[in-house]
Amino acid sequence: MKKVFMPLIMVALLALIPYVAVTYANMSYLFGVIIPYAAAFIFIAGFLWRLFDWLRRPVPFPIVTTCGQEKSLDWVKQNHLESPSTRFGAAVRVLTEVLFFRSLFRNTKAELHTGPELVYASSKWLWMGGLAFHWSLLIIGLRHARFFFIEPPAFITAIEHADSFLELTLPAFFMTDAIVLVALTFLVARRIRDAKLRIISLQTDFFPLFLIGGIVLAGMGMRYLEKVDILSIKALMMGLVSFSFDAPGEIGALFFVHLFLVSMLAIYFPFSKLMHMGAIFLSPTRNLPNNSREKLHKNPWNKPGKFRTYAEYEEEFREKMKKAGLPVEKD
Amino acid sequence: MSKYAPRKAQLAREFLEKPTPLKGAQADREWWEMPVDFHDGNWCFPGKPETLKEIGFPNPRKWAATDEDWQLPDGWQKIIHDGLKERLKKFRSLKLYLDACVRCGACADKCHFFLGSGDPKNMPVIRAELLRSVYRNDFPMVEKILKGFSGSRKLTAEVIKEWHSYFYQCTECRRCSVFCPLGIDTAEITMVARELLNLIGVNNNWILAPVANCNRTGNHLGIEPHTFVQNIMSLVDDIEELTGITVNPTFNRKGAEILFITPSGDVFGDPGVYTMMGYLLLFHHIGLDYTISTYASEGGNFGLFTTNDMMKKLNAKMYHEAERLKVKWILGGECGHMWRVVHQYMATMNGPADFLEEPVSPITGTKFTNAAATKMVHIAEFTADLIKHGKLKLDPTRNNHLRTTFHDSCNVSRGMGMLEEPRFVLNAVCNSFNEMPENTIREKTFCCGSGSGINAEEFMEMRMRGGFPRANAVRTVKKQHQVNALVTICAIDRATLPPLMRYWNPGVAVYGLHELVGNALVMEGETPRTEDLRENPMAIADEGEDDDA
Repeated sequence: MKKVFMPLIMVALLALIPYVAVTYANMSYLFGVIIPYAAAFIFIAGFLWRLFDWLRRPVPFPIVTTCGQEKSLDWVKQNHLESPSTRFGAAVRVLTEVLFFRSLFRNTKAELHTGPELVYASSKWLWMGGLAFHWSLLIIGLRHARFFFIEPPAFITAIEHADSFLELTLPAFFMTDAIVLVALTFLVARRIRDAKLRIISLQTDFFPLFLIGGIVLAGMGMRYLEKVDILSIKALMMGLVSFSFDAPGEIGALFFVHLFLVSMLAIYFPFSKLMHMGAIFLSPTRNLPNNSREKLHKNPWNKPGKFRTYAEYEEEFREKMKKAGLPVEKD
Repeated sequence: MSKYAPRKAQLAREFLEKPTPLKGAQADREWWEMPVDFHDGNWCFPGKPETLKEIGFPNPRKWAATDEDWQLPDGWQKIIHDGLKERLKKFRSLKLYLDACVRCGACADKCHFFLGSGDPKNMPVIRAELLRSVYRNDFPMVEKILKGFSGSRKLTAEVIKEWHSYFYQCTECRRCSVFCPLGIDTAEITMVARELLNLIGVNNNWILAPVANCNRTGNHLGIEPHTFVQNIMSLVDDIEELTGITVNPTFNRKGAEILFITPSGDVFGDPGVYTMMGYLLLFHHIGLDYTISTYASEGGNFGLFTTNDMMKKLNAKMYHEAERLKVKWILGGECGHMWRVVHQYMATMNGPADFLEEPVSPITGTKFTNAAATKMVHIAEFTADLIKHGKLKLDPTRNNHLRTTFHDSCNVSRGMGMLEEPRFVLNAVCNSFNEMPENTIREKTFCCGSGSGINAEEFMEMRMRGGFPRANAVRTVKKQHQVNALVTICAIDRATLPPLMRYWNPGVAVYGLHELVGNALVMEGETPRTEDLRENPMAIADEGEDDDA
């Protein structure tokens, strides 16, 4: 269980650092301005570097994983989504992966029964959990836009309204806060409970889950429990996005925990598996059209190679070929 | 049964009793602490020194996987390290798939080798981690600092043994990549790992011997031209005996319209030869102007299981011969990995084939626009088009003695997307076709368990394990519909499924699609047919009893 506790302790320590530093050493400038700027820079530069680092490597062969009928004879119905033959089709395929986790939707669970007999049951839990987690994070991220604008754009306000329509608490409770916590719990629990997942998982799989969990809890704490000064936060945030280096005002320490953990996530992001966010768009088994017999795919490093030619072959077997009545080039 | 496989009852008991992660056990062990085990039945014999010399591969020597010392060459760590670095530059897929995996576990129970062995290292995610852990130790800078955190480890001789074991317990079937939310393709990892292992002389004779043969004689079995012709002519005699029809295949004939290339297994292997007889009958039936080459006499390409360069080198013969014979286009027989190469690699590696024409069926006039660049058409597409246009005289009752199911070959379904054509043909030539359960067919099909060059006798235990999910699905339809014929469009399947069926499902025989076409074809001037191409009696008398297709 070391691989579960180590990352948990790391996140706890990370959360403690800004709390102590801001509360007892008044280091709010470091945690409110310098670290967020550094983190944003590392995140953006790192992310772009990783994308560039992938993109500069060629895709020598069209290795599409076809998950449906190819385009062939006119009367055979093609599966345009799972075996697209155009670039547009492939783009749609990738988007269904990004937006709806289409491949995960296929997931099954295999069980070995007496016989021995293998039985496959549909298993949509990971798909549901994953989708709930990622979509909640997206909505929560978008909601935060209100800290960066004097007057938030209309669609942000609309998202906020939709997210809080239950009006359970004051301030209004956001459903996504609950959903993301449930999804996070599920994602951690399955890694611990399922034997296969426990073997597969590394510390680096638990760490971002705990880190995001810490961010969400700190954020929710500020909203629902330990109120912080929203106006000062907004002033700080608007300052940051307009490249001002003004010192933050009096904000509760919990805010700095939240902001520091977000900064840590941003720094960790480009160097970790979290880059799957960019990779999903580049996966050659999904983002290429299945038209490799119809259109020539170029491999930039392809060079004419040496092979055993017909002439060499005939040279070795000419007499035997003649005896067998096979035509030959040279007599 | 083979001395390299345990008895079925023993294996079946182990499936149920042995604690594995598939059954929720072993959860507290780390995979990198589990030792590699080599015993009879789970490793393939290494390439013979003379074979390696013939194809110019490094480190020829006598050795075995059970040896303590594998006699790796001096500086082997550097060879692997540099080899990986080079391939990371050449393949975005490799870099991306090493970097992006989130270990979500969707692939874990999708691999037939995991389902048949319960071995955690056969979960596709861990198979990739075997390489990824070494990559992380050497490449991305930050993870280098955080070793224990990101699960990286040093490259040791023990790791090489592990790679050799598990990258040959992967058939590059890509079932895992169907389920992966990021489309990570373990075959890409396995291919590179095998290339790296070949660089230091860690290899597999069942792959390298066919490679050497194919290079020299044109086919895997090393059959020289005169014997190749003789063999097909003996099939011609068999056809004449059975049907009274004399078919006239030609060889190396210049100016033929079509060059026909099929795996050599169809020419020499039982039951592949019956499929070959089906092709010959079909071509005669429609009066096709075609020729067969003794030089490009292999559709299969074991280079795919070796190195990229070798795949390209062996494949080059197809276009080279088509150009020399001045044919218009190429027709390809039933094969799995051959079609992965033809569909996804051939034109890119050895094209463009400007000397050929866009394929048009001379019988129906159908343009195969989907093969416009590669200029090679799959026989199932070709035959489906003939049947659709009513160009074949078929009597499906001649296959009434067969209650069939269809095995989608991994490469044809997931590396090409040809799912409907073979089903259309099969439905036209027989009256009893029964699908296996939906999670085991089409893009979710299970591998035969012995593809990608591990069809060796000495690997029988792993083959019977890896083939278990496929056999299990066949057993379902055998019970439900009394299926006795497993139809495939792959030469490796025709070689590997018969022993698998004998082991798990006695009573189910393996057929090629065009063997059934050959049975059903009503030839002009034929003698009354009472036996199928295997000389088994047809069930022509019980008409009308069997129409539940």
